[in-house]
Amino acid sequence: MTEETVPARASVPGPESIESVEELLAHAYMIEVDATERYLMLADQMDVHNNPELTGLFRKLASHEEHHAQEILEQARGMTLPQLKPSEYKWGDFEGPEAAVLDEAHYLMTPWHALQMALAAEKRAFAFFDRLADTAGDDEMRKWAKEFREEEAEHVRLVEDLLKRYPEPPEDWDEDPDPPVYPE
Amino acid sequence: MTAQTAPVVKASDYKSDIKPVWCPGCGDYHVLLSLTRALAQLGLRSEEVAVISGIGCSSRIPAYVNCYGFHGVHGRSLPLGTGLKVARPDLTVIVAGGDGDGFSIGGNHFLHACRRNIDVTYIVMDNRVYGMTKGQPSPTTEPDWDSALSPGGTGLSPFHPLVIALASGANFVARAFSGDPARTGEMLVEAIRHPGFSFVQILSPCVTFRPDERAWKELVHPAPVEPTDDPARAARRIMTDDGFNIGILYRGNRTPYPLGKRGPQKDPEELGEMFAI
Repeated sequence: MTEETVPARASVPGPESIESVEELLAHAYMIEVDATERYLMLADQMDVHNNPELTGLFRKLASHEEHHAQEILEQARGMTLPQLKPSEYKWGDFEGPEAAVLDEAHYLMTPWHALQMALAAEKRAFAFFDRLADTAGDDEMRKWAKEFREEEAEHVRLVEDLLKRYPEPPEDWDEDPDPPVYPE
Repeated sequence: MTAQTAPVVKASDYKSDIKPVWCPGCGDYHVLLSLTRALAQLGLRSEEVAVISGIGCSSRIPAYVNCYGFHGVHGRSLPLGTGLKVARPDLTVIVAGGDGDGFSIGGNHFLHACRRNIDVTYIVMDNRVYGMTKGQPSPTTEPDWDSALSPGGTGLSPFHPLVIALASGANFVARAFSGDPARTGEMLVEAIRHPGFSFVQILSPCVTFRPDERAWKELVHPAPVEPTDDPARAARRIMTDDGFNIGILYRGNRTPYPLGKRGPQKDPEELGEMFAI
């Protein structure tokens, strides 16, 4: 490599670059849309791989996120939100903070794993609004950022409560006596 | 957007009712997401687009996109796509597949598709392994990748698809990363809009046979320079980078193959008579 390199994710502008309440709400809305889309993709993956418990759980998580997205649209009633291209969102990372990380999925994953994914996503969303609340340029933006931060904190608590119902699975949870693929 | 309105065309409109059968965690899910987002951004109607593929895990993609599609013969996706574009220049033709299909079985077609510079977009989901057939090394596999099927590695230099595309005449050359669907989608938009043969190599991890490729998300970095239209400069960049340089690396001005009738047309029956025995 001869030219100077910067990790790709580090080069994506972060929430401190958000400049208006409208832009902030466009981000808040897209966070929930991305999360919904991602949980639906995971639900389909689990359906195809015959993991019905996880199919149902991911669909439920998607439904919650979709509901949050609608709530944000309601909050933004009367405003004109900017129309941003996917790469114009200032996530500070490749994707919206609440989008579940697809490469962590496994066909034998358990509700504990799914909820760990969801917990990590909610925590990333909390960190996003926390960073925004710290760096927002005016009081109105700070007020919205703090409100969303509190909502995300509540979601973190909800997922943590749900996790209490599911003990961590044993270490060999991914062992399959009849796997669909055999790495030779 | 206003708070109550949604875009006219959504990425989800391009998803078919067929659920992908890729392994959970596969990078190709993100490629599908990027492609559907790109089609939405372009505002193309489903009947204006065709996705053509060969054989392999990634070559299943036409089934998952709500548009015309053809799941073709191994390594022959580019001839199919070329034929379709020549016959139906009005269609946006996207050819897609994997590194084995495109660079080994279809390697010769790859060279000549670049040379012909027909206005199609070729997406290769490169995971440096044959996933569907259980993990054999592909043309882009590192020489020292040690596996049960290639003990000690193949010892073979990997194929350099981007520089080969450039040298063969492709008019647009880019490298993307599946785990960054926002920028990958926009790169696909540019590739589709650019006249002539556009080639996009998407690094797309195979989590089943190459779990080490999960680390790619920490290795990729944006190309620190703007796209060039100078092939020599682009070639130097591509040959000296580390293989994880993400971005449009060449945006050329080469004249695409002119579609439509060329020269006087002969009656097929008249032609047949020439070959009559």
